[in-house]
Amino acid sequence: MSNLTNSLYNLRQMDDLADQDTLIHRIHPLVKLLLTLFYLIVVVSFDRYEIIRLIPLCFYPLIVFSLAELPLAPLAKKILIVQPFIIGAGVLNPLFDSQTVVFAGLTFSRGWLTFISIFIKSSLTVAATLLLIATTGMHRLAAALRLLRIPRLFVLQLLLTYRYISVLGEEANRLFRAYSLRAPRQKGVHHRAWGSLAGQLLLRTLDRAQRVYQAMALRGFTGEYFSGAPPRLRLADLLYLILWAAFFLLVRFVDIPSLLGSLLIGASA
Amino acid sequence: MHMADALISPAVGGAMLAVAAGLAVYSIHKIQNDMDEKKIPLMGVTGAFVFAAQMINFSIPATGSSGHIVGALLLAALLGPYAAFLSIASVLLIQALFFADGGLLAYGANVFNMGFFACFLAYPLIYRGFTGKGYSAKKIFLASLISVVVALQLSAFCVVLETLLSGKTELPFATFLLFMQPVHLAIGVVEGLVTAAILIFVWKSRPEILERAASGQALGALPLKKILAGFAAAIIVTGGALSWFASAHPDGLEWSVFKTTGATELETGESLHETLSSIQERTAFLPDYNFRAPAQEAATEAEDEAVWPSINSGTSVSGIIGSAVMLVFAVLLGGFIHLVKRRNQRLST
Repeated sequence: MSNLTNSLYNLRQMDDLADQDTLIHRIHPLVKLLLTLFYLIVVVSFDRYEIIRLIPLCFYPLIVFSLAELPLAPLAKKILIVQPFIIGAGVLNPLFDSQTVVFAGLTFSRGWLTFISIFIKSSLTVAATLLLIATTGMHRLAAALRLLRIPRLFVLQLLLTYRYISVLGEEANRLFRAYSLRAPRQKGVHHRAWGSLAGQLLLRTLDRAQRVYQAMALRGFTGEYFSGAPPRLRLADLLYLILWAAFFLLVRFVDIPSLLGSLLIGASA
Repeated sequence: MHMADALISPAVGGAMLAVAAGLAVYSIHKIQNDMDEKKIPLMGVTGAFVFAAQMINFSIPATGSSGHIVGALLLAALLGPYAAFLSIASVLLIQALFFADGGLLAYGANVFNMGFFACFLAYPLIYRGFTGKGYSAKKIFLASLISVVVALQLSAFCVVLETLLSGKTELPFATFLLFMQPVHLAIGVVEGLVTAAILIFVWKSRPEILERAASGQALGALPLKKILAGFAAAIIVTGGALSWFASAHPDGLEWSVFKTTGATELETGESLHETLSSIQERTAFLPDYNFRAPAQEAATEAEDEAVWPSINSGTSVSGIIGSAVMLVFAVLLGGFIHLVKRRNQRLST
C-alpha cells in the first residue's frame, strides 16, 4: 500500500507548493493554464527527428521553476519517475530504424535521434504540467476551468474527487494495513479477499458520500460550489502571457540554436 | 494504458480532446435531467474510490505477480455510464496534473480510451445485456469479465492506432499491436475478475445499490448515430485547425528531403502507410501537414540513404554548438534567479 501513501504524500506536497506566494504563483491561473497548453502543443509539434530546436524550450520550465522558488528534488524525482515508460516506448527505435545518419562527423542509427527527441519532449512536457499544478493549485485551476466555460457539474465533481482522495486514501490505507497485518509476507491482496476488501471500501465510500451530502445539505448546498470571485486579470498577467507566447512562436519558427552557433563559429573563425 | 504527451501529435491529441469533450458534454446533459444535487458528492467520492482502488495490488493466483484495475466498468455499474464517464475523466485529470500519469495533450485520448469503451460500449451492450433481466452472482461474473476484457482490448487497439497516427515512435503497427493486445488480454482478465468479485460482494451485502444504479437509466435509447456524427465533425475541425498550426512551415525530415531531392514527396513502400497517406490525401483539409511524416518515413531505403548523409554538416555543427550554449545559458539563468531569490529571502528574515 506504500503506493497509496506515496500518492497522498505527493498530493499534499503539491498542495503545499501551490500555497506559496511568488511572482509565478500570483499569475492569473487561466493565463498559466493556456500558456501551459500552448507550450505543450509547441513542444510536441516538432518533428520526431528534431533535437536541437527543442533546446531553447528549456528556458520556460527552468525560469518558471526558479521564479516560483520550488524545491528541485521532489519535482526532479517526479519527472524521472515517468521517464521509464517513455524510455520503454522509445528505446526500440534504434532497432526499428537502423538507417544511419552522419551528424557532426559521427555516424549512428537514425532511431537514436527519435529516441532522444522523445526523451527531451517527455521531460519538457512533464515538467511544464507539474509546474502548472505546483504553482497554481487545484482550486485556482478549477476557477480557470470555470472561466473557460467548462461545465459547473464537471468542475464541481473534479474538486470533490480531489478533496476526497485524501479522505478515502486514509481509509483505504487503514483497511489495507489491517489486512496486511493479518496476511504477512504476502504480495498484494489474496484472490479470496478481492471482493470483500475492495467491496468493504466501496460500501464505506458510499456511506460516506451519503454523510457528506447530508452535511453539505445542512450547510446550505444546493448544487453550487462557491469559491469567491474569480481572480482579476492584471496587466502583468497579459504581459507574461504575451511574452512567453511570443518566445514559443519564435522558437517554433526560427532555428535559434543554429543561428547562434553559426554566429559564434563565424566570430571565432 | 496512460498515453504521454511526448508520444502524441497535436492533431491526434486535439482531435481526441474534442471527442472526449463532446462525450463529457453529452454525459452532463444526460445526467442533468435525472440529477439531484445528491449525486454530485456521490460521483466525487466514487471517483476518489477508484483512485484509491487503482493503487491496491491484487495478487494474481499462481503467478506471483499482482495487478491493479482501471475501474471504469465498476463505476458504470455503480453510477450508470454517464456519471461514470465524468468520474473517470476527473480521476484521469488529477493523475495527469499531479502525477504526470498521462499528459494534458493526451488527456482526451486517455479519457476516450479508458472511459468510452467501458462506459458507452461494454456497459450498455454487454454488461446490461447480461444483467438486464435481474442480477445473479453468475450473471454479474460473466457480465463483468466479458465487458472488461472487450473494453480493454478495444482501448489497447485505440492506443496503438493513436500512437501510429501520431508518428512519434518507430514501432511498426503490427509489432506494437501484437504486443499490446495479448498484454491487455491478461490485464483485462484480472481486472474483470476483480470487478466481478467487488460487484458480487456489493450485490450480496447491499443489493439495492446495483438495482438502483441499473433502474436509473433508459439505455436502449443511446443515439449512437447522432453522437458519432458530432464527433466526426469535431475531429475534422480540430484536427484540421491544429495541424495547420503544427506545420505551416515544413521542417525536419520533410525540409531536408525537399532540399536534397527538390521534391517534398518520396515514393512510399509500405502498404499500410500507403493506404493511410492516400486516405489522408483525400480527406485532409490541408494535405501538407504533420502526421504524414510516417508516410514519408517509409521511403525506400536507397532514397533515404541518399538523403540522410548529405545533411550539411556545417549547419549541424553550428546547431549543436548553438543549442549547447543556449542550454548552459538557460541553466545559468535559472540558477541565478534561484540564488537572487534565496538571498532576498535571507535578507528579509
